[in-house]
Amino acid sequence: MSDVFLQFTQQLINGLTLGSIYALIAIGYTMVYGIIGMINFAHGEIYMIGAYISVIVIAALGLIGITTLPLVLMITLLATILVTSAYGWTVERIAYRPLRGGNRLVPLISAIGMSIFLQNYIQLSQGARDVATQPLISGGWQFGDADGFQIYLSYMQVIIAVVTVIFMTLLTLFIHKTRMGRASRAVSEDRKMANLLGINTDQVISMTFVIGAALAAVAGLLVGMYYGVVNAYIGFLAGLKAFTAAVLGGIGSIPGAMLGGLLLGITESFTSAYLSTEYKDVVAFGLLVLVLLVRPTGLLGKPDIEKV
Amino acid sequence: MDKLLEVSDLSMQFGGLRAVDQVAFEVGSKQIVAVIGPNGAGKTTLFNCISGFYSPTGGRVEMAGEEITGRPSHKIARKGLVRTFQNIRLFKSMTVIENLMVAQHTRVNSRLLSGLFKSRNYRRREQEALERAHYWLERVGLLEFANREAGNLAYGQQRRLEIARCMVLEPKLLLLDEPAAGLNPKETSELDQLILGLREENNLSILLIEHDMKLVMGISDHIVVLDQGMPIAAGTPDEIRSNERVIKAYLGES
Repeated sequence: MSDVFLQFTQQLINGLTLGSIYALIAIGYTMVYGIIGMINFAHGEIYMIGAYISVIVIAALGLIGITTLPLVLMITLLATILVTSAYGWTVERIAYRPLRGGNRLVPLISAIGMSIFLQNYIQLSQGARDVATQPLISGGWQFGDADGFQIYLSYMQVIIAVVTVIFMTLLTLFIHKTRMGRASRAVSEDRKMANLLGINTDQVISMTFVIGAALAAVAGLLVGMYYGVVNAYIGFLAGLKAFTAAVLGGIGSIPGAMLGGLLLGITESFTSAYLSTEYKDVVAFGLLVLVLLVRPTGLLGKPDIEKV
Repeated sequence: MDKLLEVSDLSMQFGGLRAVDQVAFEVGSKQIVAVIGPNGAGKTTLFNCISGFYSPTGGRVEMAGEEITGRPSHKIARKGLVRTFQNIRLFKSMTVIENLMVAQHTRVNSRLLSGLFKSRNYRRREQEALERAHYWLERVGLLEFANREAGNLAYGQQRRLEIARCMVLEPKLLLLDEPAAGLNPKETSELDQLILGLREENNLSILLIEHDMKLVMGISDHIVVLDQGMPIAAGTPDEIRSNERVIKAYLGES
């Protein structure tokens, strides 16, 4: 096989890995927007906290002598999701719910405040330096000629893809097949009407924040294991990118967030490889501008129907 | 005749405007009462006050002997008073059957986890809700569209679906805000039959706002006429037809 094709495949693999992470985080933005029409700027920080918690849990498990890999992964996944969801729930409860019903700008400012608070809270409690972990899972497969270009597919990349697909499937099933999922679709379409039908809209909104935080926790865990380094600032850029992915796919649309995330990841990876690493953000955000010019509602977004 | 709904001296004031001024009437069980009046007479405001969308500035609303004035609308709905809207408010991107299922949300089970794990109780209630939804889709003639997106239905079908969505809540009193608006004559006569059927077969009382005089005169037991927020006449269709104040309000003074 030609080197050109092999390199293309390698970039596609890298792009999909990165895109999976973006997609997981983007869902939190898109679901919250879909339900209360607000951008949760603290969501990137929730993802960062998820990464920290996973690192702490893995270290703690190592200390008490649990080293069986599948067991460590299961416990870390569950603990990270649980604790991070609690953060997501609390943020909504104390920073957004008391402001509901007021001006749309007010919770937005509160979200920015929450984001700054969480960043500093982690710096204070965990230290401002990078925290490095030893890789739990290393190695991978190599394909291609020994003397030409070789594709490297790490085990971690496969895990990221598989875990992302599993959680996306679970989310889709939840939204379309369960009673609470049905209620959340109703609330996002017409909150007042849903309330009139006796749906506890506050509960549905809380649930949305919890689901968003849980998926961000999964993303944080995967990133912590993939790169092996976390710090208090990773939430900012990742949050910005995931938000871009959500807007690209059509904010409010869950399949849109998935598509937007993957598209953004692939774009970045190809730009880095074929153009220049410095230009990857330029091209990624340029793509956003281009899509919005042609389709202001994003790729899969629906135009806002005027509510009377 | 038992009183189901009793409205007494109900008023609603917006700043200097009295949109509803001392309106009083009753709806008995299995009775069809219509509220008519020119545009801007305060009919929808009256509905909003009764169904809890507005908190009235004066007067009382009683449902089956219990005061419900100014209570939140979902609590009033649970007392058996459910309404439709002048501009249809369905969940347009959800399917027809989902619209009826989501209306029964609180009945199925309110615990989050039992939904995830599909407990036996949850499945049984979900099954009951599904059967009720089926029954009502058949009654309003929409069973074949059960899996269609509600927003893709024809206008008249959306109106009927909105009524079905109210009916799965098994109300005692249904408030219909201009149910015939935008319907063609054939659809209107189907609606006519549906409303009468609801009264006969489901022991429902109905309070409606309507401009279609043929429909109103044909099915109402009692008519209340509003003009500029004030009740100017009340009585049977025959009494209203010959009432001079009503004719003046509609045609203007000559």
